[in-house]
Amino acid sequence: MSSESEESQSGVEVRKAPSTLRSDNPSVANSALGNYMTIESDENLLVASASSEASSTASQSNGIIHTEHSEHKPRLLLMGLKRSGKSSISNVVFHKMAPHETLFLEATTQIKKDSMRSFMDFQVWDLPGQIDYLDQSFDADSIFGGVGAMIWVLDAQDNYMEAIVRLTETIVHLQQSFPEIKYSVFIHKTDSLAEDYREDIIRDITQRVSDDLFDAGLENPPVSFYPTSIYDYGIFEAFSKVIQSLIPQLPVFEALLNTITASCRFEKVYLFDVLSKIYIASDTSAAELATYGLCSDYIDVIVDLSEVYGWERGRKDDGSKRAKDISKQSAESFISNVKGYSLYLREINTYLALVGISKEARFEPEKALVDYNVQALQKTLKKVLRRG
Amino acid sequence: MDKFKQKTEKKKVLLMGRSGAGKSSMRSIIFSNYVAKDVRRLPTTIGVESSTFKFLGNLMLNIWDCGGQGAYVESYLHDSAERTKVFSGVGVLIYVFDVESREFDTEDRNARDLVTYSAIVKALAENSPQARVFALVHKMDLVQTDFREQVLKDKSSAIRQRSGTFQRTIRTYGTSIWDQTLYKAWGMIVHSLIPNLDVIEGILSDLVGITEAEEIILFERTTFLTVTSVKSEIGERNPYEDRFERLSNIIKTFKSSISTFTGSSTSSHQFGELYIKTTRFNLIVAMLTTNTYALIVLPPGEVELQCTRLNLFIARDQFVQLAGFSDESRKSQ
Ligand SMILES: Nc1nc2c(ncn2[C@@H]2O[C@H](COP(=O)(O)OP(=O)(O)OP(=O)(O)O)[C@@H](O)[C@H]2O)c(=O)[nH]1
Ligand SMILES: Nc1nc2c(ncn2[C@@H]2O[C@H](COP(=O)(O)OP(=O)(O)OP(=O)(O)O)[C@@H](O)[C@H]2O)c(=O)[nH]1
Ligand SMILES: [Mg+2]
Ligand SMILES: [Mg+2]
Repeated sequence: MSSESEESQSGVEVRKAPSTLRSDNPSVANSALGNYMTIESDENLLVASASSEASSTASQSNGIIHTEHSEHKPRLLLMGLKRSGKSSISNVVFHKMAPHETLFLEATTQIKKDSMRSFMDFQVWDLPGQIDYLDQSFDADSIFGGVGAMIWVLDAQDNYMEAIVRLTETIVHLQQSFPEIKYSVFIHKTDSLAEDYREDIIRDITQRVSDDLFDAGLENPPVSFYPTSIYDYGIFEAFSKVIQSLIPQLPVFEALLNTITASCRFEKVYLFDVLSKIYIASDTSAAELATYGLCSDYIDVIVDLSEVYGWERGRKDDGSKRAKDISKQSAESFISNVKGYSLYLREINTYLALVGISKEARFEPEKALVDYNVQALQKTLKKVLRRG
Repeated sequence: MDKFKQKTEKKKVLLMGRSGAGKSSMRSIIFSNYVAKDVRRLPTTIGVESSTFKFLGNLMLNIWDCGGQGAYVESYLHDSAERTKVFSGVGVLIYVFDVESREFDTEDRNARDLVTYSAIVKALAENSPQARVFALVHKMDLVQTDFREQVLKDKSSAIRQRSGTFQRTIRTYGTSIWDQTLYKAWGMIVHSLIPNLDVIEGILSDLVGITEAEEIILFERTTFLTVTSVKSEIGERNPYEDRFERLSNIIKTFKSSISTFTGSSTSSHQFGELYIKTTRFNLIVAMLTTNTYALIVLPPGEVELQCTRLNLFIARDQFVQLAGFSDESRKSQ
């Protein structure tokens, strides 16, 4: 997903996103498009990083199309009390802000809208905690109409009673007018809970929210709970699940990925959105958070190396078959011998890459087979994506 | 090949600076595979913690992490037996300043951090006049991005003024454990200590010639600090000048991710080979000798890639004959 900040109707400040991964170098952040590696011209582009300037110009130049389009973008809302961590989450996940840099964030005063371009377009709205959205005079339709998912960010290290009251009030209220919304509660800042009672707090919050909703007459409210922290992979895992709940083709993707795990003897396969490192689908086997973490960090390595070495050399196109073959291939990578495992990555299209982890320490003997199967999958996926 | 054989060089590295400046943090990250968030609760260092690290087999770093609490500094400076012990035979002094320290005011002649620093370099000049001094203005992440350059400039010049006989030769860097700046500074420090660099670079240059590689970078295995690099004409044009420290950071981070994944706490989180194929370049990172990894960047194409892998094997043999890279060094580890 390339992310771009949009001015909201009310004119919110636009943060210049440090969109390069782990880079503080401004010259790098403004890398020209030429630094991405292109495959099959533009159709198939493993975007190393979106230049914040380039993408904001792009959104201005086709402004009309953009607004029209945004009507159809599934919208995600980040809500919660002041300082619960909403802006931190949105900056860490979508703008590659380093977690400790969120200490400098100021209170949000107006809705901040980000649009995420990926195989599907999403909008993520970061709502200020200081506004009472249940106020009668408030134009609820403009915010909640067309929302796909609402994420309530709950600071678990704080006294969370007030947050729970506000959360249930909000859900009960919204349920009446906007029954389509799916709710997720991020039990947030788990990093600062002592390990001894972390589980207890998570259970306590989950229980209280469920009880309160039940008491308010909502018997099976569509609410999921996720423990999260911007200091580990938890926030990406949780966001991935929320995004997945908005993807109609999810079952198809999962079935396809299950086939791949079986045929290529992978332990686990993810379909990643390369830029955000949110995974939009995986095979349905159970996996530890650390497996996601390893695959996600592997993408970082590839994206970073691609940025450092993907600059335009200005090589002459000699029109040879060889040059043509090279320009058509999808980017691919593997790492062998990672403590008895190996990792495999293959670019699927502009936004997506498949990452698999295998229990074979040496990857090469299997590579031809895996390439073959993954190419077949790539074709099918492209068809599904086009139809969707 | 005998002319390359030489004894292991042992270099004493002093790590000094006020308590809480971040000395033990950076030592743990560079040499023990900690990641930044692991060091938040490191205990204060009691006295001097000395450790030895074998860098490339022919270079032994003997690191003296000197606890920075007042009483300790007092004894390094004023207990005459202690003073000789600490400051003699030093190869490098790395002095760590906490950029946020209230006693590091560049306007104030009597700012305590600077007063202590100048007493330390004086003791060093007396006992090890040949030593090299590196000053790190640390925790730069706590300074807002826009001010970092100016702050570093001011602090550096104040430090330089107080460096006595090292005024000309001292090098200063802004660092933070939260980004690649730490690798840049330490890469420079280590690079200045490696014996035999010209021989290593000779072999790498040959390899660049044979394989048509754009660039070859040699990394030390555990720290992933850049030992040296060789480029072709095309490689010279790479616009990313900070790539060496970036690569160290990227790969170190990935190694810690491997250890999280396997749940093991040992310090070796190795991988065999990393390979990337794109339309613009091919890249291999592979173990070259027991204590180095090579990163090789090639033009795109399958043939080039396979040839290079072969040539890499040949280069391995050449390296093994170099004293510093032989397998003997592994046995003694
Ligand atoms: N320990 C810890 N701190 C966090 C985490 N996420 C956010 N924070 C901190 O929480 C504080 C407030 O974060 P913000 O993101 O500004 O909060 P917000 O919800 O956007 O607040 P408003 O804009 O006022 O509604 C910052 O100091 C963050 O560093 C987390 O996962 N763990
Ligand atoms: N913000 C920030 N904090 C850092 C950095 N480096 C270290 N710290 C923090 O500084 C604190 C003290 O670090 P230490 O490495 O124990 O300090 P020390 O210099 O060894 O201190 P003594 O052993 O008492 O001399 C730790 O809590 C670290 O997390 C940095 O680059 N940025
Ligand atoms: Mg906010
Ligand atoms: Mg210490």
